[in-house]
Amino acid sequence: MTVTVEKGARASRKSRHPGPRNPRSHRPRDSYALFLLPGALAALAVIVVPFLMNTAVSFTSWQGVGDPKWTGLANYRDLLDDAEFWASFRHSLFMVVAMAAVPTLIGLVLAAALFDYIGKHFGTRIATILRACFYLPQVLPIAVAGIVWSWILAPDNGSLNALLKAVGLGSWQQDWLGDPDIALYSVMGVMVWVQLGFPLVVFMAGLQRVDPQLYEAAELDGAGWWRRFWHITLQQIRPEIYVVLTWCTIAALKVFGAVYVLTKGGPGGATDVPSYFSFTTFFEKTQVGYGAAISTVLTVIILVLSLIGLKLQTRAEDAEEGARA
Amino acid sequence: MTTALRRYPVLIALCLAALFMVVPFLIVLINAVKSPAEYSEHGPLSLPKGLYLDGLKDFWQRVDYGQKLFNSVLISGSVAALAAALSVLNAYAIGIGRIRGRTWVLAFFVLANMLPQEALVYPIYYLSKQVGLYDTRLSVIIVFTVIQAAFGTYLLSSVLGQFPREILEAARIDGANKWQVLWRIVVPVSRPTIGVLLVFFFIWTWNEFLLPLVMLISNDNQTVSVALGVLQGQRLMDATMTNAAALLGVLPAIVFFLVFQRTLTRGIAVGAVK
Repeated sequence: MTVTVEKGARASRKSRHPGPRNPRSHRPRDSYALFLLPGALAALAVIVVPFLMNTAVSFTSWQGVGDPKWTGLANYRDLLDDAEFWASFRHSLFMVVAMAAVPTLIGLVLAAALFDYIGKHFGTRIATILRACFYLPQVLPIAVAGIVWSWILAPDNGSLNALLKAVGLGSWQQDWLGDPDIALYSVMGVMVWVQLGFPLVVFMAGLQRVDPQLYEAAELDGAGWWRRFWHITLQQIRPEIYVVLTWCTIAALKVFGAVYVLTKGGPGGATDVPSYFSFTTFFEKTQVGYGAAISTVLTVIILVLSLIGLKLQTRAEDAEEGARA
Repeated sequence: MTTALRRYPVLIALCLAALFMVVPFLIVLINAVKSPAEYSEHGPLSLPKGLYLDGLKDFWQRVDYGQKLFNSVLISGSVAALAAALSVLNAYAIGIGRIRGRTWVLAFFVLANMLPQEALVYPIYYLSKQVGLYDTRLSVIIVFTVIQAAFGTYLLSSVLGQFPREILEAARIDGANKWQVLWRIVVPVSRPTIGVLLVFFFIWTWNEFLLPLVMLISNDNQTVSVALGVLQGQRLMDATMTNAAALLGVLPAIVFFLVFQRTLTRGIAVGAVK
């Protein structure tokens, strides 16, 4: 009797968990694919098709009307000789400094200071209020941030120049956005202001999962604030640092609105960036093929950086999990 | 005592830094309520003598700001709701249905999210003209629904991937079909994450600039961002008008910020960790 029951139980267990080769086991899983259908069709129409069209157009000469004329790699060859193209990507590097490197560095120090200094000695309430101040520019539309700053940085009667005059530094007054030697640095300054809140908030969230005992142990061993920051904080939130660097670098390469509103790429192309360059090539010069080539180069760079960033992030997370286990 | 003395400089330094971050907002506020005469006489740094609201009123009427606000709310609200719905459907198939090839599907959505809009903007402009959707708010709603849903799918899939299997199993034994499981169990349980997505989609769409700039050319369809950006680009505004524009642009952002502060900071943390 017992034998039959056991046999029956084993048999039924078997039928409830059919082997992976059994074709019936796929059917319930794959009917879930229906839920993906609307999303897949929408992505096809709005992302895949336009992206492929753009890539195809980059191999043609096209004014936006009539038939595109196939020119092979001619656009890309022209890009290599185009000083404007190289300048725009050089300015992109400056944007990476202003939107990824500097905000990450400042964000790390601020997050550590707010989290384990202000938070511990003055209460989390003050830390939260201060964090909110730093984050505020992040919710502002970039067009509005551009209006605010272009007026603050205006040469005549702008607040910055008025302030410099008021404190007796009148000789430091500049045409901040109109001088080709300074404009790029002014835009960079504005972008640091815009971007800073993002790393700060991510790092402060990351710090919450660091084991406080690590700090206590280090403190007992006589490690100062700076050494604890270097050996504990930085090591523990490395995944967050990679995420922030990846996201901010991509955002820096895509920057458009700020340049459009602050300088329109000027004066004399001093603040031109790839996205603005492709925008004017598309819609003002209507050299659609050439514009498509610019945006394709930008896309390739961004995708490569994304993959590197994702890889670093996964590796850091794995390493951390390994260390914990 | 010595530590207390050493602590305060850090607090003061951080407060000064925070003040530097909000000073531009304060400058805009004090200048938006100054009359042009007062502004030209005392410059941008003096405190206003009285409350001069004609500049704001003029600007509001000149650009038909009410209409712009309505367009922005309509577009951002629709995108938030539709993109969240699409994200839920996608993530249900990937995170809970564990469809075959889900890693590749997920990788596709991640890459779609990273793609610069510059690589999509001209074909979208061209195609929308072909199908008669150019310069309509609907076109912008459709495009951003898909773009935002790419991010939402990525985030929500990893959240749903850790959904407690026992609950799903129990519901299935009780005879619930896939729709019922999704609607009655998965959606209510993941409401916090969906809430984060709604807030983010709304604010991101509100702040979008390039695609709305290209797609919405008539005054009646423009969003706040586009209208203000175009005005600024034309360099036709005097100081008072610029400040009115800035203040009216800043106010909605501050309202969102105050209303959604907690969701925002929580959401960024969720999004960054996975």
